[in-house]
Amino acid sequence: MAKTAWTKSDAFYNEYFRNPNPDKKSTHYCPGCGHGHVHKFLAEAFEDFGVVDQTIMISPVGCSVFAYYYFDTGNIQAAHGRAAAVATGIKRAHPHSIVVSYQGDGDLAAIGTAELIHSANRGENITVIFVNNAIYGMTGGQMAPTTLKGQKTTTSPRGRDPKNEGNPVKVCEMVNSLDAPVYLERVSLHDVKHRAKARMAIRKAIKNQVDGIGYSLVEVLSPCPSGWKMDPVDSMKWIEEEMTKVFPLEVFRDRSKEIEPSQEKKHIPTKDEIITNLGLKELHDEAFQKTQMASHYKNPAIKAAGFGGQGILLLGVGLAQAGMLEGYNVSWIPSYGPEMRGGTANCHVHISEKVVGSPIVSKPSVLLAMNRPSLEKFQKDVVKEGLIIYDSSLIDIKPDRDDVEILDIPATKIADELGNTRIANMVILGALVGYTNILNLKSLVATLPYIITRKRLIDVNKKAIEKGFEFGKNFQKKDLQN
Amino acid sequence: MNQKIVENHLTIIQPEICKGCGLCISACPQNVLKFHDKFNSKGYHYAYYVGEGCTGCNVCFYACPEPEAVIVYKKGHVLQENEEVTI
Repeated sequence: MAKTAWTKSDAFYNEYFRNPNPDKKSTHYCPGCGHGHVHKFLAEAFEDFGVVDQTIMISPVGCSVFAYYYFDTGNIQAAHGRAAAVATGIKRAHPHSIVVSYQGDGDLAAIGTAELIHSANRGENITVIFVNNAIYGMTGGQMAPTTLKGQKTTTSPRGRDPKNEGNPVKVCEMVNSLDAPVYLERVSLHDVKHRAKARMAIRKAIKNQVDGIGYSLVEVLSPCPSGWKMDPVDSMKWIEEEMTKVFPLEVFRDRSKEIEPSQEKKHIPTKDEIITNLGLKELHDEAFQKTQMASHYKNPAIKAAGFGGQGILLLGVGLAQAGMLEGYNVSWIPSYGPEMRGGTANCHVHISEKVVGSPIVSKPSVLLAMNRPSLEKFQKDVVKEGLIIYDSSLIDIKPDRDDVEILDIPATKIADELGNTRIANMVILGALVGYTNILNLKSLVATLPYIITRKRLIDVNKKAIEKGFEFGKNFQKKDLQN
Repeated sequence: MNQKIVENHLTIIQPEICKGCGLCISACPQNVLKFHDKFNSKGYHYAYYVGEGCTGCNVCFYACPEPEAVIVYKKGHVLQENEEVTI
């Protein structure tokens, strides 16, 4: 049946409840703004292709940053210019979503040029809508990369001079030099005929993505009556008379007919598939029980620190991995200098029954210090009644805190006796677990094949953990009450 | 049950949503849209349909940047039960 009514698209919210203004029915755009047209064309396309619920819009920086007020789709707001990069990430993580990077000339052609070119060059299966109004509209009418020669803006008050400010950037022509894009067209909003063309171009760009064909970019020459200081009808004339001379309207490329639509069906992996694909089967077959521990050791925030090369980061990974096996929420984050060996390295580990907020540990409840500078630097940060474990064979001072538990272990000496100096980190790890009982020895040992790549070293690391565990378990607690 | 059917081609412009940009007026091939003498609550002279001559071509719908300001019905369109038509 032929269409008999033209009303607001269902891809728009019924009421724009996100808009803080009391008026929930109209957009925040100025009268005559081209964003409204492009929004309408997009919404209609989403609705007609039945993809409203799987669409993710990327809003840029510019007036259209508030596109999420209006579209009843998913939305992510990207940092200035990064919409194409964010779109890439989303499309790869959710290949079956429809990702639309909606950008203006300041966002796409100035700060985001690199992201635009590289996403186009990779041929990401996304749709880029480039709204070109030859000016920075939101910030008050400054010169944009696409500003025409001689056009007056607040930052080119005598008119853009190519000798000083360069020539207008032609985005479609630039992207057309790349091999990967599938569909490139420049359209305009200036009259009835061209609006119809623009509508069809936007539909096509969305359809290409629905079919899984590849990268589509539609450049829309759009009016900015406020920025250009014209009335809306005159600004449409200005597009026709001035802009289209510099930015010719044409289909620069359309390979959508040459490419077969992707037949790939959406596949949601089952839990078993995920476990098999990630190689977790073996681990999940074993049950790793949580340990009973003293309440003040619960949810430890651990900072491990030492020289680069001592295996500090690996120690942290082992802790986090073992915590994960036992079903805790864990985080691990490294922090080190540019040196591969030498320099200082530290890492932050949370093993928590609750959700971990920030992975950073600025007030550790457990400090593992493997060299003197680390002990000196971080001991003051340890919380009251916390725990400091340090390698007494390398550190010739004692901590000067009397309100924390202190465990000194000659880790490097023990490692030496086991035949490998470099496993001192595992001795410390074993000692921490043996002393506090925060994790099972069994789960700690079970992580070794996953964190140590050289299989022949697993045995000696296991011995080191067990040795440290024994040491920690038998360590006599000193009374905190002085 | 009484079906509500649109008797003639019809353009409806919501006065409170219209921002008075005039794009629909300049686009209308029949010249049947005009600025109203009155202001709406935003302070714009809103556009309105003069009441006859509409051909249901929907040009004004796509000329208007506002998603909801313009509604176009073709002659014979059957309205939903909860829909009201006022000019």
